Amino acid sequence: MEVAGVERFFCERFGLTNAGLERVLGSALERHADYADLYFEFRVIQTASLEEGVVKHATRTLDQGVGVRVLAGARSGYAYSDEVSLERLEIAAGTARLIAEERGGTEALTAPATGRPRHDLYRLARPPVDTPLAEQTALLLRLDAVARAVDPAISNVLVGIGIEHRVVLMMTSGGVVVGDVRPLVRLNVTCIAERDGVRQQGTYGGGGRFAFGTLTDGRAERFAREAARQALVNLDAVDAPAGPMTVVLGPGWPGILLHEAIGHGLEGDFNRKRVSAFTDRIGTRVASELCTVVDDGTLPGRRGSLNVDDEGTPTGRTVLIERGILRGYLQDRLNATLMGMPLTGNGRRESFAHLPMPRMTNTFMLAGEEAPEDIIRSVDRGLYAVSFGGGQVDITNGRFVFSASEAYLIEGGKVGAPVKGATLIGNGPDVLTRITRVGSDLQLDEGIGTCGKDGQSVPVGVGLPTVRIDGLTVGGTQA
Amino acid sequence: MTLEDMARELVAAALGAGARDADAVVAESDGLGVGVRLREVEKVKRARQRRAGLRVFVGDSTAIASTADLTAEGLDTLARDACTLARSTAPDPHAGLPEAADLARDWPDLDLHDPALEALDPAQPLEWTREAEAAALDAAPEITNSEGSEFSSSVGQVTYASSLGFAGGYRGSHASLAVVPVATRDGAMQRDAWFTAHRKLAGLESPVSVGAEAARRTLRRLGARRAPTRDCPVVFDPESAATLLRHLAGAVAGPALYRRMSFLLGRLGEQVAASAVTVVDDPLLPAAPGSRPFDGEGVAQRRRTVVERGVLTTYLLDSYSARRLGLRPTGHASRGVGDVPSAGPTNFFVEPGPHAPEAIVASVREGLYVTELIGFGVNLVTGDYSRGAVGLWIENGELAYPVEEITIAGNLNDMLRDIEMVGNDLRLRTSLASPTLKIARMTVAGT
Repeated sequence: MEVAGVERFFCERFGLTNAGLERVLGSALERHADYADLYFEFRVIQTASLEEGVVKHATRTLDQGVGVRVLAGARSGYAYSDEVSLERLEIAAGTARLIAEERGGTEALTAPATGRPRHDLYRLARPPVDTPLAEQTALLLRLDAVARAVDPAISNVLVGIGIEHRVVLMMTSGGVVVGDVRPLVRLNVTCIAERDGVRQQGTYGGGGRFAFGTLTDGRAERFAREAARQALVNLDAVDAPAGPMTVVLGPGWPGILLHEAIGHGLEGDFNRKRVSAFTDRIGTRVASELCTVVDDGTLPGRRGSLNVDDEGTPTGRTVLIERGILRGYLQDRLNATLMGMPLTGNGRRESFAHLPMPRMTNTFMLAGEEAPEDIIRSVDRGLYAVSFGGGQVDITNGRFVFSASEAYLIEGGKVGAPVKGATLIGNGPDVLTRITRVGSDLQLDEGIGTCGKDGQSVPVGVGLPTVRIDGLTVGGTQA
Repeated sequence: MTLEDMARELVAAALGAGARDADAVVAESDGLGVGVRLREVEKVKRARQRRAGLRVFVGDSTAIASTADLTAEGLDTLARDACTLARSTAPDPHAGLPEAADLARDWPDLDLHDPALEALDPAQPLEWTREAEAAALDAAPEITNSEGSEFSSSVGQVTYASSLGFAGGYRGSHASLAVVPVATRDGAMQRDAWFTAHRKLAGLESPVSVGAEAARRTLRRLGARRAPTRDCPVVFDPESAATLLRHLAGAVAGPALYRRMSFLLGRLGEQVAASAVTVVDDPLLPAAPGSRPFDGEGVAQRRRTVVERGVLTTYLLDSYSARRLGLRPTGHASRGVGDVPSAGPTNFFVEPGPHAPEAIVASVREGLYVTELIGFGVNLVTGDYSRGAVGLWIENGELAYPVEEITIAGNLNDMLRDIEMVGNDLRLRTSLASPTLKIARMTVAGT
């Protein structure tokens, strides 16, 4: 759908007119506001899930609503409703502009515009949400069989498909009208393995902003086999070590390290407020020379990608760290304006019910030159972690954690016994300075990441080549 | 149309579209949020949401549809969508509504709603957030910055109807006030937070006390060091102890059990925790955060002891997981408007023990006092536990200095059994709550 199509979709659905919407924007801007915008959203989520060999559940959710935002200096006024009518919009605008009332007549600030083109990263002939349920259930049953065939020790398989179809329209007081139609597919497989009274689980999955058929060309089967394999590996896991050691991270999803250790700390809001451990560190060394890290929302079909962010700014590729030197922050309109910095296309929100914030898109480290095998061979004693659960960071003191769900001991340069899941803990401004080897094998994750911040969840991507970190604390039980 | 009528009509529409049975949830809420930062207004936010969800059973197959489009046409589509979806799922002999005998027949007024929160003008809570943040900023010169203070409140109504003839609803409200100060010493920053929350405005603590406590918690983190790697006793403050209850609740929830994804599978009637530990789930406490007159399937509510002197006495079951496990539902169906019902706790807490928190700290020669946990390193299938921790190091029975960038690890089976002391400081500020707890031994990883 082109912008005009998206606009017509919302106007017809809610009986609105362009003239009416312009009046609402004008009314939001009464008094001393700098900026106002409207965010319309219509979303359908379809899920189907299998457990114990049968497709037990299917759900379909329809969400819709509109948010009205008014900015005045560092202040945000916001009102939203899932009843959409001109009357509701007028009420919402009246509430949102309350924020501007107390403010004197200071000069309005505006963010420097970006000269970036809009992208077209996920246009699809058949949106995945229109996939017949029978096709989805057939895939679920096939994956159950694939996972169980891996080993008789696999005692239960859970598979879930979630397909989202989101249509958004943004209208700003600056005259920008931008629509976007955003498909999103996600598949998760969890396997339980049981042997000799020991029970373990393995989880794998992926997805992106692509057609349902992209999953069924063998990718989904690979996810099922991976989940089963991970559960079986964990059956043999020994207790994890405790204390600082050399850690080698495998490629792909372990890039969650970057997301937690530096990504959040480089979001504009925390730096404008001077509460980030990275405040005032642009231009300084925060990583070894081997490290170049970017955030790129323009990768076609990726889970973290967007044509435009949730303020209508085209997404881009922002260099965060260049050969170890901190280069940039991730911005939304409010914080870019207040910091006098360019928009980066990172103003995202979970839905119409939320204010935008600076958020990551796809965050990854560029490839180095070493063969991954050589990196493992270089370690006498350490941990090799290839898969992770979630992570979290304390922005202000920089301490972050991420929890391994598949990891092995390295002994004498060789990958040894699997160890039980353990949390790794480090310090954001310090950890990348300890990276002493970077592999040539950059991979992006399979498309499963969801980032939470201030109660808002958005889909993101991460990526990493194999890296060696000299000295990260491993939170096992073997002191 | 009232929400209850809407729920009833949805059920009727589902039966008309070919469903054998159906139940519907209709919920609405109005919210207000305001924030100040560094004594200036930062945001004002108002919310209004109404949603309807419908679960249908077509034969033994089930599906759920939900919508924010509450027009007659939207609701009609909902019933048809749900039945169409159900025709694509597989029959499951255990699928269905609870038995009529288990439904709530009448329910007490649990005092869950505060009309004072309905007509709140943003100017009032803005003043409270100003006072709360100012109390933190003025507490000490080392408080140099702030992530601000926020107030949020919501008032709403949930109604439920099913083809068993059940129809009912209740109103509820919630308010909270939080402060997040930032302190600096020798160039290093620390933040912490404190909050007050209650169903009623009058139940909130004073803004000044919230700000002062937030400042105290932030200041005591200044100068944090790392701790050496070792095994030692770990004392959980009430906030961090409540996170252990979240893991316990997850492990005794019906869906985790029939899926064989819990370390407490098959342990009913066994000693799973130290005998000092009694855990209660009580949905009927007046004005408490997790109280409700009936669960997400209309099932009657009562107080249950989940762990009695260390013995696991009941699981938390919705009707489906109960049927799967050959047990009766316990009234723990938790349900979002459009989600598959699951099972979870209501007001879930460790009964207070005999020990003052100071006496618990005093009993530790060398160990860790935990004030915050981060990360997701908990495996409920095995009970393996490894999380990032922040707190204070205990030396000779006293809180000696702040520590950070450490992890604590163990297995929940051992951790529950090794709870050596239970504090007398339980406060039901949130629906999951605990007094101070001391675990005899865990592994701390640091330097």
